[in-house]
Amino acid sequence: MSRHATHIAQPVTVSRVMLKVLAALLPGIAVSVYCFGPGVLVQLLLATFTALGAEAAVLRLRQRPIAPALADLSAVVTAWLLALSMPPLGAWWMIVLATLFAIVLGKQLYGGLGNNPFNPAMVGFAVMIVSFPAQMAAWGTPLAALDATAQLQWIFTHTLPAGSSVDAISSATPLDVLKTGLLQGGQAVSQLLQQPRFGQWGNAGGEWVALAWALGGLWLWQQKLIPWRTPLAMLAGVLAVSLPLWLWQPAQYASPLFHLLNGATLLAAGFIVTDPVSGSTTPLGRLIFGFLVGVLVVVIRVFGGFPDAVAFAVLIMNMAVPFIDHTTQPRVFGRKGGRHA
Amino acid sequence: MSTPPTVWQDIARKGLWQQNPGLVQLLGLCPVLAISNNVVNALALGLATTLVTALSSATVSSVRHWVPADIRNPVFIMIIASLVTCVDLAMNAWLHELYLVLGIFIPLITTNCIVMARAEAFASRQPVREAAWDGAMMGLGLTGVLVALGALRELLGKGTLLAGADKLFGPVGQHLSLQLAGPDYQFLLMLLPPGAFLGLALLIAGKNALDARARQRQAAAANPATAGTTP
Repeated sequence: MSRHATHIAQPVTVSRVMLKVLAALLPGIAVSVYCFGPGVLVQLLLATFTALGAEAAVLRLRQRPIAPALADLSAVVTAWLLALSMPPLGAWWMIVLATLFAIVLGKQLYGGLGNNPFNPAMVGFAVMIVSFPAQMAAWGTPLAALDATAQLQWIFTHTLPAGSSVDAISSATPLDVLKTGLLQGGQAVSQLLQQPRFGQWGNAGGEWVALAWALGGLWLWQQKLIPWRTPLAMLAGVLAVSLPLWLWQPAQYASPLFHLLNGATLLAAGFIVTDPVSGSTTPLGRLIFGFLVGVLVVVIRVFGGFPDAVAFAVLIMNMAVPFIDHTTQPRVFGRKGGRHA
Repeated sequence: MSTPPTVWQDIARKGLWQQNPGLVQLLGLCPVLAISNNVVNALALGLATTLVTALSSATVSSVRHWVPADIRNPVFIMIIASLVTCVDLAMNAWLHELYLVLGIFIPLITTNCIVMARAEAFASRQPVREAAWDGAMMGLGLTGVLVALGALRELLGKGTLLAGADKLFGPVGQHLSLQLAGPDYQFLLMLLPPGAFLGLALLIAGKNALDARARQRQAAAANPATAGTTP
């Protein structure tokens, strides 16, 4: 291609798109590392190698060409999204197991990239949160004084050097603290939010990570790699449930801002509901899909048994995608009436 | 190899492998998925089902000339239900602890599709001995799947094998239980319903893979010239 003839279309390859998605994750990763330490990078590395290894192994079993599938980087995107959803100081086998489930069960057994009805990263996460709820709830304390070697030692051997306290590596997430606090009763949301874990806006440290995800998502939208409908509809869905509840009983229900900045809400809006394979693809369908994911996230968080709900909400809506896509086919141009194209 | 299989061998091969109720016909999945969370439960329910299938097939076959075609299903179900009641009472009397664990799934053998299917498809048109043999083989085929799935789920989910075997085999059974992982080990997914679906899918895939390999080998043996050229 000529350097000057900008009107000539560059071929959009899968690996180029995936590379940009990875780049869009970098600000969030940087903030995560600042808040939770180099453990985040270890999780990313473990997930990446496991994903590439698992993908190659299954492709070999399926007698498919290995190199092109590895080079399209889609497995790395899945691995990174999964690693960033898992506890930064989780034991090494957790992220390895989660990635194996995501790539083998969530992606390759359905036929590889483009054929998976469910978001592979969310499959891996759901397997882990259902199987190991206690280990998945133990997040690192943000900005805790735990140096890199101590973090590595904890991830790989589950022991700590003398002098470090377990509190530094097993702090509950704000969503968890709020849920248990409200279940015990007696305290209003505003009183609970006085605890240092919540910081100024409801998620000490985590709020900046969340905003960095939003930044990456905006860049992807500016690059025309993700549609605006799905993420905006999802955020609207979050607001549609959390705002009325909060206005009705602010002592019982957290504010919409809390729901936006906590858990995986903004990560999901930018990177997970926008997955072109497992999400809806029609214009109206994207609005419905995103909105209902947002609604389910808050409903499951507030009324369900698990603290965060993004994985479950996305998986449930993934199941509905064929139906949504079928009923929202746009009318073919020039044809009047009729629901279907 | 060269002699054609007898009718008994043929029935056995179909029940245990070719038409295996759990892996091929996919009948009676409700107990397969629900009770396969450990080997002992799976084995007990499988043997109870085998007993019922064999007895009911024999009974159905022996009355097949006197049952009007129009009301054969209610008649078959009455026969099966009475046999299940016998098994239910017997287990309650002699394997009480196991009976408490298996609970509703013992009476539910009545509605197990495989029992009804063998009565309808085989026993109602075959002599008594063949029917009884077919019922037993189909039941054992299902038991095999149940035990394999139970072993897979128990091993991955809890790291044990044959835990609680004394419920089935008496005090001797205590020595049969194996603890292969630390007491804290637990992989909840395999013990929950998703583990049953995943495990069954893996078993079915494994059987299909074995069959495909056997077919390939047969083709290669029949036509050595083209062997190795197929991808």
